[in-house]
Amino acid sequence: MHFLEFEKPIAELESKIDELRHLSDGGDINIADEVRKLQDKVDKLLRSTYAKLTPAQKVQVARHPNRPHCLDYIGALITDFTPLAGDRLFAEDRAIVGGLGRFRGRSVVVIGQERGHDTESRVRHNFGMAKPEGYRKAQRLMQLADRFHLPVVTLVDTAGAFPGVSAEERGQAEAIAKSIETCLRVKVPIVAAVIGEGGSGGAIAIAAADRVLMLEHAIYSVISPEGCASILWRSAANAADAAQALRLTAQDLKELGVIDRIVMEPVGGAHRRREDTINALGNALEDALDGLRGQDGGSLRHGRRQKFLEIGQKGLG
Amino acid sequence: MNWLTNFVRPKIRALVSSKKDVPDNLWHKCPSCEAMIFHRDLEENLHVCQHCGFHMRLDPPKRLAMLFDPNFQTIELPKPIVDPLKFRDQKRYTDRLKDAQSKTGRPDAIAVAHGKIGGHAAVVAAFDFGFMGGSMGMAVGEGLLAAAKLAVLQQAPLIVVPSSGGARMQEGILSLMQMPRTVIAVEMVKEAGLPYIVLLTDPTTGGVTASFAMLGDIHIAEPGAQIGFAGARVIESTIRETLPEGFQRSEYLLEHGMVDMVVHRKDLRGTLIRLVDLLRRPGPGAEVVRLPKADSPERHMARPMPAVIPGGVAEPPRPD
Repeated sequence: MHFLEFEKPIAELESKIDELRHLSDGGDINIADEVRKLQDKVDKLLRSTYAKLTPAQKVQVARHPNRPHCLDYIGALITDFTPLAGDRLFAEDRAIVGGLGRFRGRSVVVIGQERGHDTESRVRHNFGMAKPEGYRKAQRLMQLADRFHLPVVTLVDTAGAFPGVSAEERGQAEAIAKSIETCLRVKVPIVAAVIGEGGSGGAIAIAAADRVLMLEHAIYSVISPEGCASILWRSAANAADAAQALRLTAQDLKELGVIDRIVMEPVGGAHRRREDTINALGNALEDALDGLRGQDGGSLRHGRRQKFLEIGQKGLG
Repeated sequence: MNWLTNFVRPKIRALVSSKKDVPDNLWHKCPSCEAMIFHRDLEENLHVCQHCGFHMRLDPPKRLAMLFDPNFQTIELPKPIVDPLKFRDQKRYTDRLKDAQSKTGRPDAIAVAHGKIGGHAAVVAAFDFGFMGGSMGMAVGEGLLAAAKLAVLQQAPLIVVPSSGGARMQEGILSLMQMPRTVIAVEMVKEAGLPYIVLLTDPTTGGVTASFAMLGDIHIAEPGAQIGFAGARVIESTIRETLPEGFQRSEYLLEHGMVDMVVHRKDLRGTLIRLVDLLRRPGPGAEVVRLPKADSPERHMARPMPAVIPGGVAEPPRPD
C-alpha cells in the first residue's frame, strides 16, 4: 500500500499492528487485545482524517496510484467487454479505452481514460492523456451508440489532454470541441463518472452528459492546482492555495450544480477498498441509467442541453 | 506623407518646443519589428504594421467598425453572477474585474453587435484581449449564447472573433462549463440553418479553441495569429519538446488543415461579404435540389420503390 503524506500516522499504527501480529501468530490474548485496540484507533483516525480532507489532500487521494482506474471498473462491471480501437483517421490512442459490453443486463458503449498502474502500462496508455485520435475515437464510439440506441457510460480520469507538438498539429482543440459537440448531439442517454481526476478540456470532452456522477474524493477542475498556482501565484509551491480557491471537490461541484450526484467512497478512500468502490459506482451508474430510460431521443438531448444552459445560475454560499 | 513629415518633423518639434502640447500616443511602436508608426497611419492600415505586416490586436469597437457597414448596434449582454467562487489568489478576483472594467470600459471580455455586412444582416461577437486576456468565464459564455440567439432571431449568420488565452481560472469549473455551453450556442445557429463563421485572431488558445472556435462552418485566420490548445510554455515544460518554427501560427494551422484560409486584415471584410453572399444568396439553381425537412418521412425514403403489379410489369416511380 502506498501511503500519502497526511496518512503517515495511520501508516505508523498499521505497521505496529503488523509487527504485533507477526510476534504473536494469534496465540497470545494480550497481544490480540492490543491489536484490536490499535485497529480501533486506526479506524477512528481514518474516519476523522477522511471526513475533513482539505482540497489539496483530495487532489492527492484522487491521484492515488492504488485507486481503481478505468480498466478496473470495466473489468468488474462490464461483461462481454469488447474493446474497439482506432479513430479510422490516424491511429489508436490507448489513453482512451472504449468498446461494447454488457452492464447489469444491458448493452452499453463504455468510454474512459486509462492512466495505467505501472511504468509499462502508464507509458502504453500515455498516462491517461489523450491525443486528438483518442477524442476522435470517443466521437466514433458515441456515434456508434447513437446508431444502435445504446446508452453511453464514460469514465473520466485524466490530468488533461496531451500537451505536445504531435497533438497540436493534428488538431487537439478541434478534436475536443467535436467530442463535446458529439456528447451534446447524440440521442441516447450518456452518464459520465469522474472517478479520479477530471482535468479540464480533456475531461469535459467526454463529460457533457445527461448525468454527471463523481466519486467522493475525486476532483474536477478547469486547470490543475499546480498550473493555476504557477500562473496566478507565480509559484507551483502555492498549489494547495490554488486547490482551495478553485473549488474542485465533489462537494463544491455538487453545490454549484455542475455534478448531479456524489458517490461515497469507503472510509479511507477508494484505494483502501477497491471492490466496494467499484460496486458503489456500479450501483450509481445503474440508478442513473434507469432514471434516463424510456425517454425519447429528442427530449433527452433537449434536456441535456438545458441542463448545461442552467449551470452557473447559482454561486457558492 | 513621408518619413520627413511623419517622423523627423515631430521629433524635432518635440525637441525644440518647450511646451508639452504633443500627446504621448501619437506614435506607436510595432511589437514585432519595433518600427515607430504614426497613429494616423496605424488607423489607416487597420492596425497592421506597414513595415512588417504584423497584425496588432484590436479591441471590440475597432473590430466591429472594421467588419460592419456603418450603423451597427452593440447590444447589452446578460449579467451573470459575479465571482461565484469568491476566488482570491494574490489579489481578489472582484478587484481584478474592476481593474479590467475601468481599463477597458466594458463589463467583460466580449462585445456583441448586429448590423449589416455588405448589405447582409449579421451578428458579430468580438473578444477583448485587453480584458483579462480575453478569458472565457460566465459573462463571455452568456455573451456568446446571446449572440447565437440574436442570430437565430434575425435569421442572420453568426461571426465570432475570438482573441483569448482560454478559460478564466478565477471562475473555476464554471469557466470550464462554458465549453459545452458555447458549443450549444453554435448548435443553435447551425440547427437554424445559418452560417457560423469563426475569425481566429491572436491569440486563440485553450478552452476557447477547444470549444466554439473550432466548430465553424468556415475558419478564417488573421496572419501570424497564435492558435492552439496547449500554450507553448506548457508544451515545452511538460513534454520537453522543442517547438518547430512557426508552431501554432495561422499559417501552420492552414498547413495542418485546421483553417480554411489566412486572410490579411485589409481583405477580411471583403472575404466575409463574399462568403456570406455565396452562402445566403444561393441563386435559382440551388433551390431545386433542396432536401425535404429533416424530420419529414420522405427523407428516409427519398425515392419510392417501384410497385410491382400483377403481370410482372413494374410501375415507374411517380415524380415527386
